[in-house]
Parts: sequence; structure tokens; C-alpha cells
Amino acid sequence: MKISLKWLKTYIPILLPATELAQKITMAGTEVSHVDIKGGWHDVFIGEIIDIKPHPSADRLRLATVSLGNEIEEVVCGAPNLRVGDKVAFARAGAELIDGHTGKPVVLKTAVIRGVNSSGMVCSERELGLSSEHEGILVLPPGAPLGTSLSDYLGDIIFDLEVTPNRPDLLSVLGVAHEIAALTSAEVLEPELDYPTAGGPIERQVSVEIEDRELCPRYSASHVTGIVIGESPAWMKERLAASGIRSINNIVDITNYVMLEYGQPLHSFDFDKIKHGSVIIRRAFNGEKIITLDGTSRVLPSGTLVIADPDGPIAIAGVMGGATTEVSGDTVNILLESASFNPASIHRTASSLKMASEASQRFERGITSKLTLPALRRGTQLLVEICGGTAAQGIVDIYPGQKEQLKIHLSLHEAKRILGLDINMEQAKQILSSLGFSFWKTDSTSFTASPPYWRSDIRLAVDVIEELGRTTGYDSIPFTRLSGPLPESLPAPMLKLKQQSRQALKGLGFSELITYSYCSEISLAKALNISTLSPVPLRLKNPMNPDQECMRTSLRGNLLQSLALNMRHKAGVLSIFELGRVYLARENDVPEEPEMLCALLTLSGHDKRFHGRTDEVDFYDAKGALQSLMLELKIAINLVDGDDPGFKPGASASVMSGGFRIGSLGEIHPDVALGFDLPPGVFMFEINMSTALPLVYDAIYKPIIRFPSIQRDLALVVDVSITNEQVLNIINKYKLVYEAHLFDEYSGKQVCEGKKSLAYGLTFQSPDHTLKDSEVEGVLKAVVKELTSRLGASIRS
Amino acid sequence: MPNIQEVHELKSSAFKKLENISSIEDLEEWRVNYLGKKSQLTDFLRNISNLSLEERRAAGSLANKLKNELESAYNGKRSSLLRHEASSDEKLDISLPGKPFPQGHLHPVSQVLEKISDIFAGMGFQVVEGPEVEWDYYNFDALNIPPEHPSRDNMATFWIDAPPKKPQGWNMLLRTHTSPMQIRTMERVKPPVRIVVPGRVFRYEATDATHLAMFTQVEGLAVDKDISMADLKGTLFEFARRFFGPNRAVRFRTDFFPFVEPGAEMAIECAVCRGNGCRLCGSSGWIEILGAGMVHPDVLERVGIDASIYSGFAFGMGIERIPMLDFGIDDIRLFYSGDLRFLEQF
Repeated sequence: MKISLKWLKTYIPILLPATELAQKITMAGTEVSHVDIKGGWHDVFIGEIIDIKPHPSADRLRLATVSLGNEIEEVVCGAPNLRVGDKVAFARAGAELIDGHTGKPVVLKTAVIRGVNSSGMVCSERELGLSSEHEGILVLPPGAPLGTSLSDYLGDIIFDLEVTPNRPDLLSVLGVAHEIAALTSAEVLEPELDYPTAGGPIERQVSVEIEDRELCPRYSASHVTGIVIGESPAWMKERLAASGIRSINNIVDITNYVMLEYGQPLHSFDFDKIKHGSVIIRRAFNGEKIITLDGTSRVLPSGTLVIADPDGPIAIAGVMGGATTEVSGDTVNILLESASFNPASIHRTASSLKMASEASQRFERGITSKLTLPALRRGTQLLVEICGGTAAQGIVDIYPGQKEQLKIHLSLHEAKRILGLDINMEQAKQILSSLGFSFWKTDSTSFTASPPYWRSDIRLAVDVIEELGRTTGYDSIPFTRLSGPLPESLPAPMLKLKQQSRQALKGLGFSELITYSYCSEISLAKALNISTLSPVPLRLKNPMNPDQECMRTSLRGNLLQSLALNMRHKAGVLSIFELGRVYLARENDVPEEPEMLCALLTLSGHDKRFHGRTDEVDFYDAKGALQSLMLELKIAINLVDGDDPGFKPGASASVMSGGFRIGSLGEIHPDVALGFDLPPGVFMFEINMSTALPLVYDAIYKPIIRFPSIQRDLALVVDVSITNEQVLNIINKYKLVYEAHLFDEYSGKQVCEGKKSLAYGLTFQSPDHTLKDSEVEGVLKAVVKELTSRLGASIRS
Repeated sequence: MPNIQEVHELKSSAFKKLENISSIEDLEEWRVNYLGKKSQLTDFLRNISNLSLEERRAAGSLANKLKNELESAYNGKRSSLLRHEASSDEKLDISLPGKPFPQGHLHPVSQVLEKISDIFAGMGFQVVEGPEVEWDYYNFDALNIPPEHPSRDNMATFWIDAPPKKPQGWNMLLRTHTSPMQIRTMERVKPPVRIVVPGRVFRYEATDATHLAMFTQVEGLAVDKDISMADLKGTLFEFARRFFGPNRAVRFRTDFFPFVEPGAEMAIECAVCRGNGCRLCGSSGWIEILGAGMVHPDVLERVGIDASIYSGFAFGMGIERIPMLDFGIDDIRLFYSGDLRFLEQF
């Protein structure tokens, strides 16, 4: 909302510099996003041309004598429109102007032009920076006060206000004036609303009926006859322009002017086009049509609130007028409407017809019903004054939505409880009165207040408390620390697990990505390598693009896409992860949102740098990272053969813990790689953190054995189908085996076809005595025997 | 039978050999020879019990003395060799690259969230999370946002294509702020309440350098007897001091949000222009970082908390803005581009 300081000053004295005022308004709740200084000239004054003489030595130049009231100046001037008696802008040496030819800023100096001394300059609009007009000098209205600084006369400061939705009153100059009054302890002088009523009684000519009281709580109207359509006066045009509104004609300008002044939209009807002068406010019938002011024929959605005469709709209430009753050049009699409409209904209508207007936007914000009358009076007064109309006696004012005057009771103690700031009765009274509230002290510590007619946002005691706080200034509220008891604990173990996982993965070289929670169904199906998505993802009703089609049920798609992007830029090992939610639909509830972890690992071309990794990344890199992570998180896992179609067959595992499947691990399926433009050799592990969370174990302490240990190696030859795990399961059964690990795996020339060699390092140790060699040999023999009988293993010679 | 003469010979040969030793490897061999488990001296000491008591005393003292002498000579030689080695002309090119250890990076948003959560945890707030797919009741109605409010439009909120909840008739959406957790928490626990809620939020917004359809917020809520705006101010200013450091000015002004009254907005001094006004802060010198206020009595009453006894404050802040301003990141899309060239800088 653009507000002119000059216009404001017609209601309230403003002594503060503009930037300080802007700061105050901002702090009190309405951000002044911009202060635009128009004009701002110095050493430019209003003068009158009192004599014109030819230049002694130049045909195209003349000598003008300019009176500034007390002084007389003589200047050389080339403008063709010099006229004795005209008021002009006279610039003295030192004034900063725009060069009329180059368009650049210049500082005016005294000059001798063709031998004649020129003490200043009579300015064109271009030279003053007002427009590009440079044909002649700017001629000011005859009433312009002689000798006054042009800045005071023509200049203005425009505040651009970011009005919050609760304060429609600040979309008006008077509303802002009231706000400034409270912030600067000044008083607002509202316009006098009297006007002569020379016409007949209004009831004889106009009838108004509200059919829908809910959607139209108040309808006020006046009747003005014999108006003459024409141009608006300069002051009105100027004020409209300052607010960014173009002048059309005096009738339209008056309705706009009052809307800017009071915040209440008005509508003018050509009264003679309203059948029987009879206005009905009702909902549109099914299929009812109207031709609106813009010439478009529209079918009204049923239930739309319309202003109608007996023949049909003549306006869409609060949104746009109809063409049949439009004020035109022939209009002589006016019905002026000032009404209150239900904001929700206006919002529905404006958005379903896609025809938001300045008026509809104001109604949507909610305008108090109390505003219709002053605005109507003001509009009628201006119609009489400016358009030469005759106002009917009385006005129409149907007010079914009238409510009792709101009285809010508040104690000073309550204000202190909420604000943490002491406000005494005197301060409360001063603040609320300056804001236009009515104030009654009820006892020594409490009072009753009623909001002024222009405020629609005051309903509760706490609303009055905000008024006290913001007018005093939030800066005066002290700082305190929360001092109450600490609340009961709300355990959030998942947060901790996630945080730990992030840190662990970071340490393992993985970088964290965050991708969007939504994706396309195609990408999801491609990543999971399935043709029918199960579970079916939740779909968005109003996605902006196909990538927002559905909520992800897996992190894979978005992450694989990111990996492909990074492979274009980065060589060496690429390891990334995301820890975020997937969304699994539930019956009659918001979806389950399990926290998932997905990590990807690949070698993006060989790292050619010194010390760079040159060997391939493989399954065991991914497995190693997963194991380290799980060790850190204290989740015991084991792997079983996987069957997830997203992985390459024979190269994947299900990650199990406590009998639950908590995730998967493996090389991604070649089709998935292809689908995401990835080369082979991308490894992934995925953990459902929500399933894993309850499986976190506590550390278990085992006493350190103080008796010495004995090491033995065991090299076996087994069928290639025998797994390391099968061997270890047997070895680890023996009590004296403290630890066993694989240290070599070999298949090739030195073992038979179909066989492989596995070599283990075994540590024997007893918690209660020093082992003898013979004991160890005995166990080893038994181990070998069992490996032979159960797995067909033989000792490698 | 141990021979004392042997000990004397041993001594002279040991010291003679030691003199000629010039490498750690040779010294080690010398140690094994003269002081090791299988050395003559060890053997001598092991067999000393075979001597008569008198001889044993003399031989023992002699052998132990020699052992000490040899050990100290060994240590002396060793450190002199090491010193010599250290001062030799061989010099590493310390500018050769180190062997790469895997080094990952946490997403800047995660880092900021953790920092914020830690600060509030230090002030007694508990960190909790809530659903990202929400009911319109929690996202709007319960927060005083009326049914016709423009923020509910298809042009402002992402709606989920799902049947309304029975029997309430609630509709499903992607939460537009973390504020629904105010309601969910107060429905579950009675005051005192002190929580912060980090999480993803969604707005129907065309993506550009300053707008995203998905971003991150942190919500805060404190409810108890006698919580006032002074507590809100104290808490938020302390947060700003701990997060941004003590030298950034903070502004606290009136603002409007439907679910608080009185409402406020906090801004910090622009890091780029230090409050003088620049392009980044829209020439105001201030960067708005959070909206706040006293929990609206309607909101409290709706969850069954008596607003005449209890009061509370709430705040909500956008996260991406903070690293954007601190690092001068000019395009918000980078956060969710997945581009490691960006992410690995943090």
C-alpha cells in the first residue's frame, strides 16, 4: 500500500523525519519496505512571470522577470510558452537539476547568456525530474503560493507499507493517520462529513432489500441527482497518482479516492438504469448471467452474491459492477453503494471467476461494517462538491448484521502476565485513547475498552494487550529467562540414532544429501525395478510438475539421480547417503513415515591422483561400511541371501537383526543402473531406521582374559559352494576358540576344479587357566573332524 | 659351571663391538647377542645357582652389574643413533599429498539444525519431530487459520489425493510449517511444555533462486504458568547471541501470525552490510529470521489448556536462509541439488 505523506498531513501534524516515522511504523507491526522521496529539490521556488522582454542579441531567447514575492529575478529563457502571469518553478544557482539535453544531474550556476546576466532558471518538467517533457516550462496552477519552496508544494514522500492480513484499516490513509497518531501522540482530524441535502427523501426513490443477511451484513446507499461527469480536480488526481491510481473521471475517481481514504470500496450505479430504483442483495440463481464492466458475459456460479434489480443482477457484490448500470457520459443520477460483504464469499467468487479486483481484495481481508457510513457520507459529499450533484435527504442503511458494541475488560495484571512489562492505568488510557479506543476505568487495576469503528482485528483481551505492547514498543519489554520447572522428558531416541548415523557415515567418507520428499512414479518404479508399485504411493492432488507426482516410498530414485549427476563432475570413490522419511499410506490416517537410510558407493573413474585409489569398489566395500556403521550404532546384524529385485541377482543380501529384516545391501541391478544412466558397479545399502531402532543393544562388558593365548592357522580346501560363514559357525562352537577369522581365500591352479582354499587364523584362550599345547591340538583335531564330516573339508597340505 | 673370567671377556668384547656399530639394525643384533634370552650373560645368570653361596654372591653381583652397564650402553648408543638418523640429510618432501582418508560431509541444513537444536536443548527445550504429511486440522484450523484463508488454496498448499478422515472430515496435505506440532504436543502433554521441532515443510511455490517447494523449519513452543513476552525475548535473544555471536544486533518488532497474539518478528543485523543497507537485505540492514509470539488463547483453549492460568510463546524459523546469508549463497536450489561440489564445502 502506497501512502502519501502529504495526504497524511492533511489529517495529522507530522513533525518526525520520514525515515524515523517509517521506523516507528515498522516496529509497531507494519513494515515500511520503501520510502520514496518525490521531488526533494532545494533552491527551487514558486515564482510568477511579471514581465517578458526580447533578448538584445538573440532572437530565440527572451528575458523573463520573475517575482518570488519579496524578490525579483531576471532570467534568460528559451521556452516558447512563457506567459506573463503564469506561476512557474524558479531555480536559483546551487539547485540540483536534470540537464534537459543530456538527462544527467547538474548543479545550476549563474551564467551570462549572450551577454546578459541570468540569475537562475525557469524549469521544465524534465529539468525537475518530473517527466520527460522539455518542450516548454512547467506551468503551475494559479493558486500556487508565491515564494514557497517547490519541494513543499509539489514534493511528497511515499511510504510503501507491507500491511499484515489482520490490519485492513492500514490500507487507508485515515487508518495510517490513526496509527501514526498513536505512535507520535498526535491527534487525527477526520474530514467533516456534512453536505447539503437538497433532494427529495431517499425512501421515495430507492428501495433496498437484503435477502442474504449472512453474506451482506450491511448495505448503505445514497442518491445523488444531476451530476456532471468531467475531470477531477488537480488535488484529487495528485493524491490518486501518489497511491498509484490513474484518474478516469470525477465519479470513478471519487469512489477510488474514498476507498483509499477510508478503506471502504464504494460502487456507483447509473440510477436511471436500475429498474424501479429497487435493489436486492441475494445469491445468484442457477445459470444466471451478467455482463460485467469489462464487457464479458459471465455465468455466475450458483450462490454468488449479487446486487440485483427486479430484472436480474446488476453487479457481482464486492467484485465487479455490471455493464447495464455502468456510469457513462450520459449519467446524471447516481446510486452510491457502500456495503459490507462476507469475506469468505467474496474470496470464493473472485477466485472461481478469476477476477480479483482492488475492491474484492479489500473485502476478502474483512472490513468492519461500521465503515460503510462514514465512507458513504464522504463519497456523497464529494459527489455534491465536485460533480455538482444534489443529494437526496437521508440515506439507505440496512444493517442486519449489527452487533452490540464490543466491550473488552482487561486488568493491568493480565497485561503484565502476557507482556512481562508493567503498564500503569495512565499509560493504558493514553495509548488506547490515542489509538481511538473508548476507555473506561473500572477499578484501580482494570478497565474496559471498545475498539474504534475502523478496527476489525480487536476481539479479545489479548488483542488489546498487543496494542499496549506494540504502542509502548517491544524494545521496552525486558529480557528474562524461562524460570519454571523443566518439563517431563519426551524421549526422542530416533533423533539420536539419526545423528549418530550421520556422524558415523561422515567418518566413513559418505557425504550427506537431502533430496525432495516427492518424485515421479516412473522414477520410483525404475529405482525399485518393479512394474507395479507396492505399496501404492500417496499422490499429490496439485503437483506443479511430474517430479512432484507422488510421495516417495523409497529414497533410491532421487539418490540414484543425484549420483548420476555427480559422476559427471567427480573422479574417484563417490559415496553419498540420505537419511530421510518415506511415506507409506495407511487407512484413514496420515501415512506412516519411517526414517530410511540409503547409501550409495561407486568408483567414478580411477582416481589418478598420487596415492589415489585405483582398485574397483566392490560388494565388500559396501559391506564393510555397513558393518562399521552398525558397530557404531550398536545394532547386531547378519546377512542372508537377498531377493530384492533392485539388486543384481547373486550380489545382494538382506540385512537381518534380531530376526527382523532391517535392510538390504548389494550391487544395484544392471537395469536400474541403465535406467539412471549409471555404469555398472554401483553398490547400495539401505536400512529402515525405524525398524532398527528397537534393536539397538547396550554394550556388554566381558572381563579381559589374563591367561596367555595360543595362535594356530588352519588352511582348508572346500567346495566352492561352502561359505565362510558355514566354516566359522562350526569353528566358533568350540569353547576354547576365543576368536577366528579368515585371512585368505583362493581358488585357481593350486586347488582342484570346483574347490577353493580358505585359511583361518584361530586364537585359543581359556578364562581360567594357561592352555597347554596338547589341549589346543585336541580342539583343533575335533574342529577339523567336524569340518570334514559336515562340510567335506580337507586340510590343505 | 659359570666362569667369572667369561664375564670379564664378555664385557670387553661387547663394548668393543658396540663401538663399531653404526645402524639401528646392527645395534638390535648386538642386543640379542649380549642381552637376549639366549645370550651368554643370560645363560650365566641362569646357571648361577650351581655355584657355592659365596661365589654366587660375587658372580651374581658382577653379572648384574655388567647387565646394567650393557643396558645403559645400549640405550645410550640407541639414542645417539636415532639422533644421528634424525639429523641426517635425508629429507621428506612434506608437500607430497597425504594418503586420502575417506572424509564425508554433513549437509549444511543438518549442521545448522544440529547447532540450533543444541542451543535450545541447552535452555531446557526438548527436540521432537512430527509428521510431514498432515491433516488440515493441525496445519490450519487448530492454528486459527480460517477455512477461507488464501494459504489453503491449491496455489499455496500441496494437497494429498486421499479421502477425508472419518469421522472428522479432515483433509490430508503436506504441512506448510512445523507449527502443527504445537497442537500435537499440547494434545499429548500438559504444561510445562518446552519443545523445538525441526523438520521439512512444503509450499506450493515455483522454484527459483530464492524459493523452494520444500524447505526446512524449526518450531519452538514453551507453555507454562506466567510465561511472558519478556521470556520470549530473553530466549530468542539468547539464541541469537549463541548462534550468531554477541556482535550482531537483533531487532524485535510487532508482526502478525494467526496463531499468536501478540505477534513478533525477529531480525538480525545483515552480515554483509552490518546494518547499513545492501542488496541482500533489501537496503533495510536487517534480515528477518523468525516469526514468534505469545500462543493465541484460542489455540490453548482448543487443546484444553486454560488460557487464564497458562500462557506460552511459540516461534518458527526458516533454516536455509541462515547459511545462505552467512556464506553468501545466492541460490537456494543448491541445497537440494545433490551437487557434491556444493555440499562438500560445508
